[in-house]
Amino acid sequence: MSKVRIMTGNQAAAVGATLSGVQVVAAYPITPQSQLAEIMSQQIEGGKLKAEYVRVESEHSAMTVCISASTVGARVFTATSANGLLYMHEQLHWAAGARLPIVMCCVNRGVGAPWTIFNDQQDSLSQRDTGWLQIYCRNNQEILDTVIQAYRIAEKVYVPVMVCFDGFVLSHTMMPVYIPDAGAVRKFLPPYKPHTILSPEDPRNINPVLFPGRRENTEGVLCDGYMEMRYKLFAALDGARDVIIETDEAFAEAFGRRHGGMLWEYLTEDADVILTGIGSIASEATVAADLLREEGVKAGVVGIRVFRPFPKEDVRRALRKARAVVTFEKAVSYGYEGGLCSDLKAALYGTEVKAAVHGCIAGLGGRDVKARELAEAVKASLADIDDGRTEKTLWLNCFTG
Amino acid sequence: MPANLFKVNEKEYILPGSRACQGCGLSLAYRYMLKALRENTIVTLPACCLCVLQGMYPSTPVLVPALNNSFASTAASASGLVAGLQALDRSDITVVAMAGDGGTFDMGIQALSGAAERETDFIYVCYDNEGYMNTGTQRSSATPLGALTTTTPILTKQQHKKDFIKIVEAHDIPYLATVSPAYPIDLYDKFVKAKKIKGTRYIHIYAPCPPGWTYPPKDTVKMGRLAVETGVAVLFEVEDGKFRLTGRSKTLAERGNRLPVINYVEKQGRFRRMNIEQLNQLQAWVDRKWDEYIKRADQG
Ligand SMILES: Cc1ncc(C[n+]2csc(CCOP(=O)(O)OP(=O)(O)O)c2C)c(N)n1
Ligand code: SF4
Repeated sequence: MSKVRIMTGNQAAAVGATLSGVQVVAAYPITPQSQLAEIMSQQIEGGKLKAEYVRVESEHSAMTVCISASTVGARVFTATSANGLLYMHEQLHWAAGARLPIVMCCVNRGVGAPWTIFNDQQDSLSQRDTGWLQIYCRNNQEILDTVIQAYRIAEKVYVPVMVCFDGFVLSHTMMPVYIPDAGAVRKFLPPYKPHTILSPEDPRNINPVLFPGRRENTEGVLCDGYMEMRYKLFAALDGARDVIIETDEAFAEAFGRRHGGMLWEYLTEDADVILTGIGSIASEATVAADLLREEGVKAGVVGIRVFRPFPKEDVRRALRKARAVVTFEKAVSYGYEGGLCSDLKAALYGTEVKAAVHGCIAGLGGRDVKARELAEAVKASLADIDDGRTEKTLWLNCFTG
Repeated sequence: MPANLFKVNEKEYILPGSRACQGCGLSLAYRYMLKALRENTIVTLPACCLCVLQGMYPSTPVLVPALNNSFASTAASASGLVAGLQALDRSDITVVAMAGDGGTFDMGIQALSGAAERETDFIYVCYDNEGYMNTGTQRSSATPLGALTTTTPILTKQQHKKDFIKIVEAHDIPYLATVSPAYPIDLYDKFVKAKKIKGTRYIHIYAPCPPGWTYPPKDTVKMGRLAVETGVAVLFEVEDGKFRLTGRSKTLAERGNRLPVINYVEKQGRFRRMNIEQLNQLQAWVDRKWDEYIKRADQG
């Protein structure tokens, strides 16, 4: 039986990991993730979860522990934020390259220098090309449910999954959350069965040096070269879309909640302009859409739930009737624009969808973003688009001189 | 007498045709080490010569399962293996982390210190060839004073070798030992002993390297012996805090017939730019360390 509890996003993530029956946890504290690392140690020391907790001396080691424990066949969990995630960077590539189904929560926070402990998404978005699948949550229920879903997805496609949620906005905010029944979770997520296990019974040399070309093994079978392995990782992410959608559907069937698969939509059916974003800023955009509709602007919202693999088919479908799209992003690619804005434009390029796309950078380092400000930015963009200005990057609510 | 003099495991765990250089001291040590540790072992290793020795995909000459890792992560990887195996009820397997001096003294030190402090149940093996050999003989903090490397190509290394073993010992681990492939039975005995002990164990292999040190491949054992006979390398073990000289170092201490370091230095091309002042400094440094060891041996 499900039960409802009031909890923070960090607590919801910890409940999700506990229900997923993780066997090894390794984490290093960093605001705003710390509470999550603490709860996991409480669960394990208190005997509520039978698992090994490795109190590592760094995030690089946290990910290394996950990599090695996963290689011998354990289900593993970690979590981090901001500079902790950046410190892991080398090992993020390693985990994905080794095709390990690791699940990690990234409690999104801005990165230094200068220091900020407050929320934006520069940390995880700058890890875009590490080969990890990235799912962003918009409320605490979705965090709990997504952690469970993430293991099922990761263990099907052999790609690590980053479950991202906004620091403080979700991590430290209490919300009612349904806790699914443990037995039902076990049915939804059976124990991890690795494709290859590192064990003395079947000795092998894992993650060795490769030559550029394909090579025969001792039995004369032609084996992959480095590039074939990279292609397989690429194809695995590309093909993960179906698994993500199927998993969300199966979850809905088992627990009565769905979170949108690749993306979620709000009032898009007849929308003239669509606001889009990742995580909690997309939730804020729904309030902005309501405000705009009160003023007669037909606005809708597309919340990007999965950023990698990029939901290209899904955005094309969701945006097909819109005249204009405005992205609101808590990260930026310096020297260009917001990464979501670029990806969206690329997904629409050459298709039937002719919407103009404007990008707004907002809420960096925890800068407050109000629904009213999003709505005003949309109205300004619409006016610009009417004037024929198809491209624009705006730093919302920021003194730019 | 060595404990296993007539009982060395006859099985070979490294098949002919590894990619290590001719006369590689690391290979020789690895061969005896695996014989001592036997089948129920997993090795984790970073980028280094050992990684090349392990072979290029899809073949390997080594019969023991191995996990390759990034450069800084060897001991953390062992922590992960230990935790994973514990969670899966396979803690009977011996977990070995093995890295070069670069991956231990320099980049891997943090992970090793963390794993040792957590009393992780594994054996850490550092094979010390005194430089970054895999990337082409660059200086490491294990390179001795006066040695030429490709990043100290003209002036030679200006500092002494880091006394890393002291740093490891400061972690109060249950077993620490130094070995040389030139004395395989001493090496074998120590690995057999280490395997039986619980907790973090550290074994330091002093591994001569023909191309890195510039001497003919046939002289690896000779170079290993000279290192010990001059006191540049000292064979000992520390078991639960009790220090003991072993093998050749023990007899040298008893007989007081240690050779001058010049006998060792003059045989290696890497010291060809060493000046007399550096030679004296190296001798004084070796003497000081040797005296410390003798004092400890007397105290037990
Ligand atoms: C993060 C990182 N930096 C640099 C390297 C390049 N690199 C590979 S092996 C190596 C040196 C290894 O030296 P050591 O650990 O002493 O082992 P050896 O090569 O002597 O066997 C270096 C610098 C790397 N693999 N990773
Ligand atoms: S460079 Fe030295 S340590 Fe490396 S394989 Fe060759 S001999 Fe062995």
